Amino acid sequence: MSSHTYDFDYLDYLESEAIHILREVAGQFERPALLFSGGKDSITLVHLALKAFRPGKFPFPLVHIDTGHNFPEVLAFRDALVESIGEKLIVRQVEDTIRQKNLEPPKGKLASRNFLQAYTLLDTIEEFEFDACIGGARRDEEKARAKERIFSVRNEFGEWDPRLQRPELWHIYNGKIHKGENVRVFPISNWTELDVWHYILRENIQLPAIYYAHRRQCLVYEGQLVAVSPHIQIEPDDVIVEKMVRFRTVGDMNCTAAIESTAQTTEDIIQEILSSRISERGATRIDDKFSEAAMEDRKKAGYF
Amino acid sequence: MDLLRFITAGSVDDGKSTLIGRLLYDTESIFIDQIQALQRASQQKGGQQIDLALITDGLRAEREQGITIDVAYKYFSTPHRKFIIADTPGHIQYTRNMITGASTANLAIILVDARQGVVEQTLRHTIVASIMRIPHVVLCINKMDLVDYSEDRFYEIVHDYQQAISKLQLNEVYYIPISALHGDNVVHKSQRMPWYTGKPLLPYLEEIPVTLDINIDLGRFPVQYVIRPQEEAYHDYRGYAGKIVSGQFHEGQQVTIWPSGWNSTIQRIERNQQTVSMAYAPQSVVILLKDDLDIGRGDMITPADQPPILTQDLEVTLCWMDSSPLKTGDKLLLQHGPALVRCVVKSIDYKIDINTLSQQDAGGKLQLNDVARVHLRTAKPLAVDTYATNRANGAAILIHETSFNTVAACLIEA
Repeated sequence: MSSHTYDFDYLDYLESEAIHILREVAGQFERPALLFSGGKDSITLVHLALKAFRPGKFPFPLVHIDTGHNFPEVLAFRDALVESIGEKLIVRQVEDTIRQKNLEPPKGKLASRNFLQAYTLLDTIEEFEFDACIGGARRDEEKARAKERIFSVRNEFGEWDPRLQRPELWHIYNGKIHKGENVRVFPISNWTELDVWHYILRENIQLPAIYYAHRRQCLVYEGQLVAVSPHIQIEPDDVIVEKMVRFRTVGDMNCTAAIESTAQTTEDIIQEILSSRISERGATRIDDKFSEAAMEDRKKAGYF
Repeated sequence: MDLLRFITAGSVDDGKSTLIGRLLYDTESIFIDQIQALQRASQQKGGQQIDLALITDGLRAEREQGITIDVAYKYFSTPHRKFIIADTPGHIQYTRNMITGASTANLAIILVDARQGVVEQTLRHTIVASIMRIPHVVLCINKMDLVDYSEDRFYEIVHDYQQAISKLQLNEVYYIPISALHGDNVVHKSQRMPWYTGKPLLPYLEEIPVTLDINIDLGRFPVQYVIRPQEEAYHDYRGYAGKIVSGQFHEGQQVTIWPSGWNSTIQRIERNQQTVSMAYAPQSVVILLKDDLDIGRGDMITPADQPPILTQDLEVTLCWMDSSPLKTGDKLLLQHGPALVRCVVKSIDYKIDINTLSQQDAGGKLQLNDVARVHLRTAKPLAVDTYATNRANGAAILIHETSFNTVAACLIEA
């Protein structure tokens, strides 16, 4: 045996694994796409794709399913990022889907369009005949994801069937599919929230400003802080407060709760997560709380 | 900080879920809101304390339909190491599940109930770990609280186990007496078993070396993708993108491309958009060669003095994972890294009884969960190593030609 010892860091392992998966997508599929939300996980994916494919172009466009309820800071960040890397961005609006399909727009105080994203996503997959969609989901997020493959085969309706998953062995990814099916690919499956933040710190990855502490007007809703925006109904007896907050995940303005925070830097955020001990989804996702199996149901229906 | 991937083998009754729950709970890897959800669930079941086993509780689809999805991944870390647990359920389809989880594991934890001692299932798990060549095995003798933390009982089980596995090719087995329920010797050293002078489980997992699990002598670089920028500045750029699965490569190295057998020299290695003088497993890199050759996805680059086995005839240990049987003469697709070729089953030599390792006549046919020695003939030559020499280049999967399902795991024996 050679006497060489390797410097073997866990972030290097995760990075190399993700790059390998991205290149498998490039090698196995004809029309892949990278689903880009503007959140830290999909920004990390873009960073990994640069490492996987430069000096060449990405072998896929970025696709953003825009609910129309995004934070303006995130949309501005998205456009600046796409501009700086010179890659193609496709945007499809949930608004258009609601109109075309004559769907009932969600009502109520927070009127989340989150579940409508799946319709627009499936239409977009059909429109461009995407055969693989890369996403930034992680297995530590919740238990439906913990059981999903890195290459997750979906039927023509985008549905996930947990019982019919292919065994995924070693680092061999089987992307063979029939026409009309597609594969959701999750290159950072094995990363935890903290792994992502440690990687963002190490690589000095830029993020939308809403991840860091800032002053903002928020509605206090069932103990959570919801950003004041035109997308929520405010009634006379609502409590509006101005606080130093940040967003731990980035989704729609009306279904992502803010957390009180003074974290100005990535290091601060890591410390905050270490000491808060509240899960990412538990802290900030208003839509997952409705039922224990909320994510499982949405995945089966073609959501990510 | 590095990373260890391990699998836990054992049935529900052995306390596997409780052990995983205990590891996550005691390393503070469970968030407060998740603990609150657990408290609610534990109370619904009538319990006073948190039922740690509920941490690994499955999906609603599994509970409703009484099925279990083959493998769930769990994560935790300590200041020393990040851990990935492949949690596989213990009953039906066990072989398929454990092999899936074992394929990426550096270590297997095999659980024994101290009251039961070594049972058939213990041996089956050990044999699968041995077939899959998991580098490290820990035998956790659990429920020591139910045998009064008896030293004699512990050594009796260790002795029985050593006798039973003496014929297996296991590198190393470490024995730990634990109580997952009460936390003895899981994260913290047990005060109730002062006679045990070894390490508790977590410190053992933190300290065991993992770098040796990669073959560092055989350079293997399967080409996944060719980078050819369409810009004038990169007119002659032709970069081979892939992951070094074993060994190392350096600038100026003489290399051979397989299956063509062409020779060339490494002009440059790029990693993360920067030129590096050398690179090693498991890094993902781009390799540029001095000669302009026609190389594509599925080809393999190796150092010229470290040739792989180039062959169309594979003798494999195969685990059949599909509900329809495999028969001699069947045609399938074989995926080895990025290489995808057609193959035919030339012969099914014998089945391996995974309870005893004894050989049985297969009668030309394999059923779900059968493990067998099989000869395959591929349509094109592949550059392989034996699984025993180089795990990273000695494994393949079989894909059904029309359903495209993954139907078998193959370990290359020769």
